[in-house]
Amino acid sequence: MKKSNYIFSSLIAVSLLFMGCQQGSDKSGNGALASSAAEKVYVAPGEQDEFYAFLSGGYSGNLTVYGLPSGRMFKEIPVFSQFPTSGYGYSEETKPMLNTSHGFIPWDDLHHPDISQTNGELDGRWIFVNGNNTPRIARVSLKTFETEEIIEIPNSAGNHSSAFITENTEYVIAGTRFAVPVPQRDMPINEYKGNFKGALSFISVDPESGRLNLKFQVLMPGFNYDLSHPGRGASHGWHFFSTYNTEEANSLMEVNSSQNDKDFIAAINWKKVEEYVNNGGGTKMATNYAHNVYDEHTHTGTSTMKKEVVTVDPTKVPDAFFFLPTPKSPHGCDVDPTGEYIIGAGKLSADLTIHSFTKMLDAIENKKFDGEAYGIPILKYEDVMAGVVKSGGLGPLHTEFDGKGNAYTTFFISSEVVKWEVGSWEVIDRKPTYYSVGHLMIPGGNSRKPFGKYVVAMNKITKDRYLPTGPEMEHSAQIYDISGDKMQLIYDFPTHGEPHYAAGCPAELLASNSQKIYRLDENKHPYAVTDPSEARVERNGNEVHIYMSTIRSHFTPDNIEGIKVGDKVYFHITNHEQDFDVPHGFSIIGQNTSELLIMPGQTKTSLWEPKQVGVWPFYCTDFCSALHQEMQGYVRVSPASSNIELSWSLGED
Amino acid sequence: MKHTIKLLMIFFAAILISCGGKEEKKDDQIKLGGTKKEVKKEPAESGSASDDVPASERITLDNKGVGEVKDLPLNPEIDQAMATRGAEIFKTNCTACHKTDKRFIGPSPKGIMERRSPEWIMNMILDPQLMVEQDRCAKDLLVEFNGAAMANQNMTFDQARDILEYFRTL
Repeated sequence: MKKSNYIFSSLIAVSLLFMGCQQGSDKSGNGALASSAAEKVYVAPGEQDEFYAFLSGGYSGNLTVYGLPSGRMFKEIPVFSQFPTSGYGYSEETKPMLNTSHGFIPWDDLHHPDISQTNGELDGRWIFVNGNNTPRIARVSLKTFETEEIIEIPNSAGNHSSAFITENTEYVIAGTRFAVPVPQRDMPINEYKGNFKGALSFISVDPESGRLNLKFQVLMPGFNYDLSHPGRGASHGWHFFSTYNTEEANSLMEVNSSQNDKDFIAAINWKKVEEYVNNGGGTKMATNYAHNVYDEHTHTGTSTMKKEVVTVDPTKVPDAFFFLPTPKSPHGCDVDPTGEYIIGAGKLSADLTIHSFTKMLDAIENKKFDGEAYGIPILKYEDVMAGVVKSGGLGPLHTEFDGKGNAYTTFFISSEVVKWEVGSWEVIDRKPTYYSVGHLMIPGGNSRKPFGKYVVAMNKITKDRYLPTGPEMEHSAQIYDISGDKMQLIYDFPTHGEPHYAAGCPAELLASNSQKIYRLDENKHPYAVTDPSEARVERNGNEVHIYMSTIRSHFTPDNIEGIKVGDKVYFHITNHEQDFDVPHGFSIIGQNTSELLIMPGQTKTSLWEPKQVGVWPFYCTDFCSALHQEMQGYVRVSPASSNIELSWSLGED
Repeated sequence: MKHTIKLLMIFFAAILISCGGKEEKKDDQIKLGGTKKEVKKEPAESGSASDDVPASERITLDNKGVGEVKDLPLNPEIDQAMATRGAEIFKTNCTACHKTDKRFIGPSPKGIMERRSPEWIMNMILDPQLMVEQDRCAKDLLVEFNGAAMANQNMTFDQARDILEYFRTL
C-alpha cells in the first residue's frame, strides 16, 4: 500500500513536471498564466534587445535610449542640456547648439520624441523632440545618435503640442501651450482675452538632409494648445490639436480654465495652408530666433539668427480650420492607425471622446456648424462624434494602438492602463500602474504600423517601487506584454528625469545603421590634425591654439611650454583611433568647462584659461588601454611677463 | 519494487535536466560590436617560440600569422604607386606609434620584410586583436612593448596592401 502510494505520488509529480516544462516553453503566451514574466524580459548576457525605446528626459533636457523588453538603459543623448559626460554644450563646437534669442540656454524641458516616418511607417532616420520651456525643436540623427539641429520657435511659449511629424516627415509640428502677445509687447496681463494668440508652427523637413525650416506659423485664438497628432492614411494632410482654457483665463487657471463643459480639438488642413503660403499667402513678420546646425564632418555647430517668419491668419484660408467640441479639457489627441478616429482624452472626465474623420468631412461639407470662435467654424459635437469609451477610470491622458484593432489609454487619477477596442468602444482589459501613469508607448504605436508586443507605461510617482533614495526618486516605468488578450505586467524599471512620452522601434531598423566611428579621412574640422606630424602649438596674441592628436595611449604633444597666465588656451584634440568604441577623454586641472569625450576620428575643443603659474597635468579620462594611466602630459604656465618661447614635444622629439 | 523506484528517479532526473537546460545556447561565439567572430576555445598558436631572442629581433618568415590573409605572393617588382599611397596611409594612421627611423610606441617597420612574412604583416594590420590572442610572436611583441596594444585602424585589405608595399621600400 505504502509502495503503491509512493508510485502514485511520483507519477503525479512527474506529470506536474511535464506541465511545468510545457508552460515554460510556451513563448507565444496567452496572458499571465502561460509563462513567467521573468522569462519574457530576460535578455541573456551577450544577447540583444528586440526594440529600441527613446524616452524623453523631461526636466533633464535630454533623451534616453533603452532596450525592450529588458528595460536596460543604453545611452543618454544630450539635446537641450549641457552634458559634462561628453562635453556637449561645454566644448567650443557644441556651445552654438544651445544658442537662442534669449542667449545661451543650457537647459530645457524635453517632452515628446517622434521618429521620422515614410508612408506613415517608422523609417528610423531621425528622431524629433521638443524643448518646452524656451520653445525649440531638435532633430537627432539615428545613425550617430547625436543632436544635429535645433531650431527655436518664435511667438511660442510652452512648446507642448510638439514635436509631432506628418506621415512622410513633411513637417514637424509644434504648437504653443501658452497663449502670448504676438509679437511680444508690454501690455496688461488681464487684457489676455481676445488679444493673446496661440501660434502653431509648421517646420518643414528636407527629405535628404533632414534640415529644418520654419515654413509658416498659424496665429490661432489664444487658447492653450496641449497636444497634437497628424492625420494618417485618409486623414493625411490634416493635423489635430487638443485645447484647454478656451475660457482664455489668465489667473487661477486650475479653476478658471475648467469652466467650459467642452473645449475643442482643432482640426487643421495643413495641405491647404501650405498651398496658400506657396501661392504667396500669409504675412511676413519681423522676429528673431536661432537656428543651430551641427555638421557631422566639421564636428561643429553653427548658430544663425533668423529675422522673419510667415504668419497665417486662419480666417484668411477657407475650409482649412475647424473646431471639434470635446469634453473636459482634453489632453491627449491621438489618431488611430487607419487615420479615421481622433481620440480626445478629457482629462477631467472618466470618458474618452472619439471623433470620426469621415463624419467630420461630412459635417464640413454640409456646414453642420454650431457657431464659431474668432471666425473659425465650430462643428456640431453630435455630428462628428463616433463614440465614447465609458472606461470607468478617471483622468484619461494618452492613447496608443497595437495594430490589431485595440487601443491602450492611460488613466492618471485611477493609475491604470485600459485596453479597449476601436470601433465597438468596449473595454477589454485594465491593469493597474505604479503609480499615476502619464504617457504610454507601443513601438510604432502612433504610426500606421504599430508593433504591438509591449506597452511601456511611464509613471509620475514612484513611492515604494524601489529602494528609497531620499525624497527624490527616479520615475518608475512598467512594461506590459500585450501579445495576448489580457495585458501582463512583466517588468518595472526606473527612468531618468521625467519621461513625458517615448517612441520605440524594432532594433533592426536602427542597429545595422548605427555609426561605429567617424572616418579620419572625412574629418573637415578646421583645427583637426589628421597626421601626428601636424601636431603643433600656435600663439595669436593671448590666444593659444594647441593642435593635439591622441591614440592609445598618448597625446601628441604631451609636453607644452610657453603658456602664460591670462592666455586663452584652446585644446583642439583629434582622436586618431579608427576602431569601434575607443573614445579618448581629455581634462586638465582647473578646466572651467567639462572634460571632452572624443569619438574615434572626431575633433573637439576645450577652452582653458590658466590662472596660476605652475606645471599643470592633463590626462585621458576614458579608460582606453592597459597604458591608460600613462596617458597624461604637462603644460608649463609661466607669469604673464615671461619670455619663454612656445615649445612642444612628445618623447625626445 | 526497488527497481521501479530507481527507474522513476532516473526518469525524474532526466526531466529535470531537460527542463533546466531549456533555451540555453551553448555557442562558442564572442559578440563584438554586433559582429560575430569565431574564437577557438584553445587558440592554436602559430609560430615557433624561441624565448631567448626578443620578439622584435626574431626572424619568423615562415609564420603567416592568424587572420584572413592566408597566402600573399609578392611581385618581384615594387609597385611605386601602391607604395606612395601606402606611405600616405601610414603617415595618417600609423605614425602616432610607429616611426621609420626608430623604435617608438611600437617597433619601426624598417627591415620588417626581412623578419616577417607578408601575410603576417597584413594580418597584424587588419586584426591586431586576433593576432595578439593567437599568434605567439604578436603576443610576445605586446609584452616587449610594455603592453601597448596595437590599435585596429579599420584598414581595408587594399589599404593594408598599400602599406605593405610601402614597407618594401624602407
